[in-house]
Amino acid sequence: MNAENLPEFEGPMCPLPLPHSEQILLGHGSGGKLMHDLISQVFMPPLHNPFLAQCDDASVIPILDELSATPSVRLAFSTDSHVVTPLFFPGGDIGKLAVCGTVNDLAMMGATPRYLTAGFILEEGLEVEVLTRVLHSMRQAAEEARVLIVAGDTKVVEKGKADGMYINTAGIGVIEHNLYISGNNAQPGDVILLSGTIGNHGIAVLEARQELGFSSHIQSDIAPLNTLVEALIHGGIRIHAMRDPTRGGLATTLNEIAAQSKVGMLIHEEQIPIQPEVASVCEMLGFDPLYIANEGVMITIVAKDDAPAALEVMRASKYGTQAAIIGEVLETPVERVLMKTAYGSTRVVDTPSGEILPRIC
Amino acid sequence: MCLGTPGKIVEIYERDGIKMGKIDFGGVIREACLAYVPEARLGDYALIHVGFALNLISEEEAQETLELLQQIMEFEDQGDQL
Amino acid sequence: MKFVQEFRDARLAQNLANKIREITTRPWVIMEICGGQTHSILRNGIDQLLPSEIELVHGPGCPVCVTALETIDKALAIASQEGVIFTSYGDMLRVPGSGRDLFSIRAAGGDVRVVYSPLDALTIARQNPDKEVVFFAIGFETTAPANCMALLQAEAMGLTNFSMLVSHVRVPPAMKAILQSPGNRVKGFLAAGHVCTVMGYWEYVSIAEAYHTPIVVTGFEPLDILQGIYQVITLLEQGAAEVQNAYRRVVTYEGNQLAQQVIQRVFQECDRKWRGIGLIPSSGWCIREEYARFDAEKRFAVDAIQPQEASVCIAGQILQGRYKPPQCPAFGTECTPEHPLGATMVSSEGACAAYYRFSRFNLPK
Repeated sequence: MNAENLPEFEGPMCPLPLPHSEQILLGHGSGGKLMHDLISQVFMPPLHNPFLAQCDDASVIPILDELSATPSVRLAFSTDSHVVTPLFFPGGDIGKLAVCGTVNDLAMMGATPRYLTAGFILEEGLEVEVLTRVLHSMRQAAEEARVLIVAGDTKVVEKGKADGMYINTAGIGVIEHNLYISGNNAQPGDVILLSGTIGNHGIAVLEARQELGFSSHIQSDIAPLNTLVEALIHGGIRIHAMRDPTRGGLATTLNEIAAQSKVGMLIHEEQIPIQPEVASVCEMLGFDPLYIANEGVMITIVAKDDAPAALEVMRASKYGTQAAIIGEVLETPVERVLMKTAYGSTRVVDTPSGEILPRIC
Repeated sequence: MCLGTPGKIVEIYERDGIKMGKIDFGGVIREACLAYVPEARLGDYALIHVGFALNLISEEEAQETLELLQQIMEFEDQGDQL
Repeated sequence: MKFVQEFRDARLAQNLANKIREITTRPWVIMEICGGQTHSILRNGIDQLLPSEIELVHGPGCPVCVTALETIDKALAIASQEGVIFTSYGDMLRVPGSGRDLFSIRAAGGDVRVVYSPLDALTIARQNPDKEVVFFAIGFETTAPANCMALLQAEAMGLTNFSMLVSHVRVPPAMKAILQSPGNRVKGFLAAGHVCTVMGYWEYVSIAEAYHTPIVVTGFEPLDILQGIYQVITLLEQGAAEVQNAYRRVVTYEGNQLAQQVIQRVFQECDRKWRGIGLIPSSGWCIREEYARFDAEKRFAVDAIQPQEASVCIAGQILQGRYKPPQCPAFGTECTPEHPLGATMVSSEGACAAYYRFSRFNLPK
């Protein structure tokens, strides 16, 4: 904690715990002075903006003004909770994850993310310095994504709960185009694009947990994808569906869309981009990279003729340089995802059942 | 029963009285027990299973196998051209 | 990755597949006894590259699948106890015992931890001197050297809070049991490459002779498997019954003798019940008497629970290669990876799980 940010002690004070604390105490969640000090001294400096400065129960945002300016504008609204352990890992942290997670959920519907809320559940004993680092990371991520965090909440729970901290974010985005983008809109003949390499996030977090004893240079791929999505929309790409393959990996997300749209899919193993180190870890532990979590890649399903242009737009974007066309949407087999292997054989890509475990066989 | 991965031995040391090493699997490093390959030296490749080196990998045999397969292929290709 | 990518070359694979096609003149049934090979075959669709005359049958090569129900139930009973940290390889967590699995024990508050190596279990034991740490030592011969070393290290470190629940199985007796069983259709074997890395292949010579069956030691990459199949078909077409080594870069005739010595020091042969198959004499390894203090079965007096298999499960028939998973009435309906009835659907190497994940769909040509 930086001593310069602290208020001076002046005059008689109630002998409550000092407002300056290095660790989160239960009292920080109880709504009194301690909590207000936590908000003003720890939460506000990194997240400060005119909305939060009002310190009201809710922020009043001029979204209707924005909406009424353009005909047929729609709102997208999303929420996500983040419980990752450890809180910090190569390439990111829970704060960056929280902001980008909701930004991406909105972007996947073709919305421009605008305003986020952030609710924190903090574990008693959490170092305030850790919280500060997370908040700074959130501010940075929010700046890159061009969103504002306009409302927040904090609760504190007893030691032993919340794994340090849990964060919930909710977000509002504005849809200003006429495209219908949904998981139920993939059509036979469409082309499936993937914006980057798979498996980075899941493996980076696994490594940070130190339970399987390996070390590498793998970084989580957490990234805000809204700029990439904007580029596709402005490029006139007829996007039918988009989704970011988070938990459960590429395989799960493709299966979800196949089921929602009642279509089949065929992907080509050789076309799926993966970093060699990530592939090595998966080899060694017996994981299938198709099922490992990602936080900075997206699947985009577009009308066939737009595929080459879509690829070009992606590759020109900061987080899409490794983009590839990985497959196509079929009429049958319905709700099945197939993969063509390097050997010319075809196999089923299923949804995983439960936790991904390393194997010895 | 058999997930064995080839890796390169990049460090050798002793711990708790047994020979241990750091193995490089294509850029990823993990520790493994080298007690069953006492002849192992830095730069050797070993087959690693559940954190133990089971045997060293013979580069020579690997080469020979691949060459044989390559020859079969070339023979096949020639046959196609006839 | 070196020694991996080269053996995945698609062109060489296609050529080998063509060569196999050329030399195959009649139907042959071949079995591979290694879950890792089953996984590789189905994951890469290697069976699709073979001529229709060749039927690949998947044998009981998944130690997770064949671990006796009684042993799983013992594991569950131990893991449920207060003050126990139960450590295991990942694959075992989902295997159903009589009604529960290690996952659900963990959910109920049991301290169940996945380890990648048995040495990690030792570390946990050292870090938690006030707890009883038990390691679930399952596996074929491949995993025995590691499991044995953990026990010897526990002894060397003077650990008093470490024990192993051992359920090792051996391939040669299983092979013989399959060849001896009436109605056996298997004509040739792909021997498990990593089992042979430890044990060598000297044990298979007498089997090949006695049953007039060719056996080829085979690796795991697509080229290795195709190579193994090519060699075994060649032998079958010749009417020869030899043992050959198609995994020469890691396997030798004698195997790793140091590893074999350590195994002999810690383990002794014993009868072992294979889940779904039954008792195969001398097919297992157990901890020797002098190391009894590290034997979790002796340390934890867990009562013999009456194990109960789901009656509809035909895992045993599948493990012996008599049936293919899609022929089981429960396959894909009552029995899926999410709610498995038998071990072959749980382990990612189990034939049923592999079929379900990779091949349960009839692909349009």
